[in-house]
Amino acid sequence: MIRFRQIALIFMATTWMAGCVSLDASDEVPSTGNSLANQSISWPTWEQVRRVVLLQDYNTRVVVFGTTLLGCAAGIVGSFTLLRRRALMGDALSHATLPGICIAFLLATKMGYDGKSLSVLLLGATVSGILGMLTILWIRKTTQLKDDAALGAVLSVFFGAGVALLGIVQQVSGGHSAGLEAFIYGKTASMNVADAKTITMAAFGSIGLCLVFFKELKLLCFDEKFAGSRGFPVMFLDILLMMTVVVVTIVGLQAVGLVLMIALLVIPAAAARFWSDEMSNMAWISAGLGMVSGMLGAEFSAVFSRLPSGAMIVLICTAFFAISLIFGSKHGLLIRGLRRVRLNRRIDREHLLRAVYEKLESGQGEVGKGVSFNELMKKRSWSERRLRGSIRREQNAGLVSFEDQYVTLKAPGIAEASRLTRQHRLWELYLITHAEIAPSRVDREADMIEHVLDPDMIAELELLLDRAGQDVPASPHELTDSSVKAGVED
Amino acid sequence: MKEEIPLAVSDLTVAYHRKPVIWDVGFELPAGSLIGVVGPNGAGKSTLLKAVMDLTPRASGKVLVYGKTYRENRRRVGYVPQRESVDWDFPVDALDVVTMGLYGEIGWCLPVRRKHRQAAMDALDRVGIADFAKRQISQLSGGQQQRVFLARALVQDADLYLMDEPFAAVDAATERAIIDILGEMKESGKTAVVIHHDLQTVPEYFDYVVLLNMRVVAHGPVEDVFTNDNLQKTYGGRLTLLEEVSEAMRRRERSL
Repeated sequence: MIRFRQIALIFMATTWMAGCVSLDASDEVPSTGNSLANQSISWPTWEQVRRVVLLQDYNTRVVVFGTTLLGCAAGIVGSFTLLRRRALMGDALSHATLPGICIAFLLATKMGYDGKSLSVLLLGATVSGILGMLTILWIRKTTQLKDDAALGAVLSVFFGAGVALLGIVQQVSGGHSAGLEAFIYGKTASMNVADAKTITMAAFGSIGLCLVFFKELKLLCFDEKFAGSRGFPVMFLDILLMMTVVVVTIVGLQAVGLVLMIALLVIPAAAARFWSDEMSNMAWISAGLGMVSGMLGAEFSAVFSRLPSGAMIVLICTAFFAISLIFGSKHGLLIRGLRRVRLNRRIDREHLLRAVYEKLESGQGEVGKGVSFNELMKKRSWSERRLRGSIRREQNAGLVSFEDQYVTLKAPGIAEASRLTRQHRLWELYLITHAEIAPSRVDREADMIEHVLDPDMIAELELLLDRAGQDVPASPHELTDSSVKAGVED
Repeated sequence: MKEEIPLAVSDLTVAYHRKPVIWDVGFELPAGSLIGVVGPNGAGKSTLLKAVMDLTPRASGKVLVYGKTYRENRRRVGYVPQRESVDWDFPVDALDVVTMGLYGEIGWCLPVRRKHRQAAMDALDRVGIADFAKRQISQLSGGQQQRVFLARALVQDADLYLMDEPFAAVDAATERAIIDILGEMKESGKTAVVIHHDLQTVPEYFDYVVLLNMRVVAHGPVEDVFTNDNLQKTYGGRLTLLEEVSEAMRRRERSL
C-alpha cells in the first residue's frame, strides 16, 4: 500500500508547485515587458490553443515530445525506486545538482566557453548530484544519524549552497546568466532540438535498462537478501537503479526543475499502485501516467506562457493521483468502500440466518409462519433498518421468505443457517474447552471471530473437538435475546 | 569423502559494527539429515545462516558447502528467509515469488518462460497452495506466505536447504506441510538446516541439533546432545560474561 511518507511527499510537492505558480505569476511581470494592465494570466485565443494541441509549431512539438518521454522514463524508474523505498534519494539528488550547475557555468565562462551550453551545465549537475548522494551514504555509514536526517541535511545544504552560488553567478556575469533559475522550477520554453535529443537518448537509455534488467531489479526490490543468496550482485543492481534515477533526474531538470523532479519520480508510481497488484502492470501504468502528465503539462505551459512547465506537469500528475486514489481498481477508496459494504452485508446475512435458526430451534417461532419480525428485533442489538435491509436481500437471494411480518427459512437457507450455526457453536465450544472462556461470554467472543473462519480453520476445529459430520451441536449457553448485550454487561 | 559433508563451518566469527555476534563457531553437519539450530533470541542463528551464504561479512572463518566455497556451490543451496524480512504488500503474486527461485537458472535479462512457470506451479503444488498461485501475496495467510517462501527454495531443487524459522507463527496445516516436505527431503538424501524456536518439538522434527548461543554449545544427534544439561548451558546464565564483553565492545564503539 501507499505509505504515509509517500502521501506526505506528494502533498509537499503539490504545495510547492502551487507556490511556484503564484510566484511566477507575480515576479516575472516586469521582465515580460507587457503593459501593467496585463498582470493577470491572460487567456489564450482559440487559435493558440489549437496550434498547441495539434502540435503545429515545431518548437511545441519538440518540447512536448521531450517531456512526454521524460514522463515515461520517470514513471518506470520511479516504480522501482518507490518499491525499493529509495524515493527520497531522487529528491536529494535533484536538489544537490544546483551548486554543480552554477559552478559549471562559472568555470565554463571563465575558460571562454559558452557557459549556458546544456551539456556543460548537466555535467556539472551530475557531478554535484552524485556527490550529494555519496555524502548521504557516507553520513549514514559513519555516524549514528538515520536516513531521514542525513537526507534532509544534505539536501538543504546543497540547495542552499546552490542558491548562494546563483547569487554570485548573477553578480559576476550580470544578465548573461539569465536562465539558470529555470533549472529550479523548470522551463520548457528554452528547450531546443538538441536538448530534446538529449532527453530522448537518456529516456530511452533508462527505460531500456529497466526493461532489460526488469526481473533482476524486481527481485532486488522485493527481497535483497534472497537475491544476494542466489548470487545476484545486489550492490551492482542498486547502483544500476540509482544510475537510471540520476540520468532521468538530470535530463528532467530543464523541463521540470530540480525542486519538483521528485514528484515525477514518485507520483505516477504511487498512483499506479492503486490500479495494479502486479509489478510489470504497475510499471506500465506508471509510465503511461508519467507520459500523459508530461505531455499535458508541457502543452498547458505552452498555452499559458506564464505557468512554469514543471508546476503544470506536477499538477496534472497530482490530478491523476487523486483520481487513482479514489477510483483505483485495486486499492482505490471506492473499491475498498465497496468491499467493506459487501463484508458488512455478509456479516448481516450470517447474523440473520443464525438468529432465525436459533429462534426456530428453541421453539420461539410460530408453526407454519416462522419467526416474527419483532422477535428477531429482540434477538440482537441491530437497527430496524438494517434488519429489514438484510431480510430483503436474503429474500431476493432465495434464502428466507418474509410474509406478514414473519420470517422463515427456505430450503437453501436452512442448509446455510445450520452450517453457520454449527461453525458458531464449534467456535464457542473451542473457546470454552481450550481457551477457558466462561460460557456466558463465548457468544460475544465467537461473534467477532466466526466471520473470518475459513474451511481450513473449521477442519482444524472439527479435529480438535472431535466433531466430524454435519450435526449442529447444542448451544453451550442459554439462548437469550440480545445475548450480545448481555455479554457486555456481564 | 570431504565432499559428502553438506556444510562444514570452522572458526566462524561475525561482528556487526565490531560487536561480535557469533564467536568461533565450528561444526560439520551429516548429509541426509534434518538439523535443528536452536538457541535463545540474539544467539546469532540468523546471522549464522547469512554468514554461510556470504550475505554478512565474516571477521574470520571458513565455510565449505559440499567441500567447496558457497560461491562455487551456490546452486546446491536453497534459502528460506524469515517471513518478516520482506514487504508482503509488494505487487507480486505467489507464483511470481516462487519463480524468483529460478532467476539464477533463467539467466540475466532473459524472460521467465513457460517451463519455469510450470516448475514454480509444481513447487506451489508440493506445498499445497497451488490454488493461490495468482493471489497477491498480501492476500495470503501467514502460513501460506511461509509456504510460498518454502516453494521458492524447493523450485531450485537444491541439496542443502537453509531455513530461517519456517515454523514461526504458522497454522497447523502449514506446519504439517513443512514437516512432510522435510520428510521428503530426508528420504531423497537432502539436508535441511532449520532454525527453530519451539524446544518441545525438536526431538520430533529433527535428528541432529546445533545448540547455539553466540558460540556452539553442543552439536550432534538429538538423542545425545539435546539434553537438559546442554539446554541449561544454552539458555542459562552461564554465558553472561561473553555477552557482557560484546556489549562492552559495542558501547566502546558508540562512545568513540
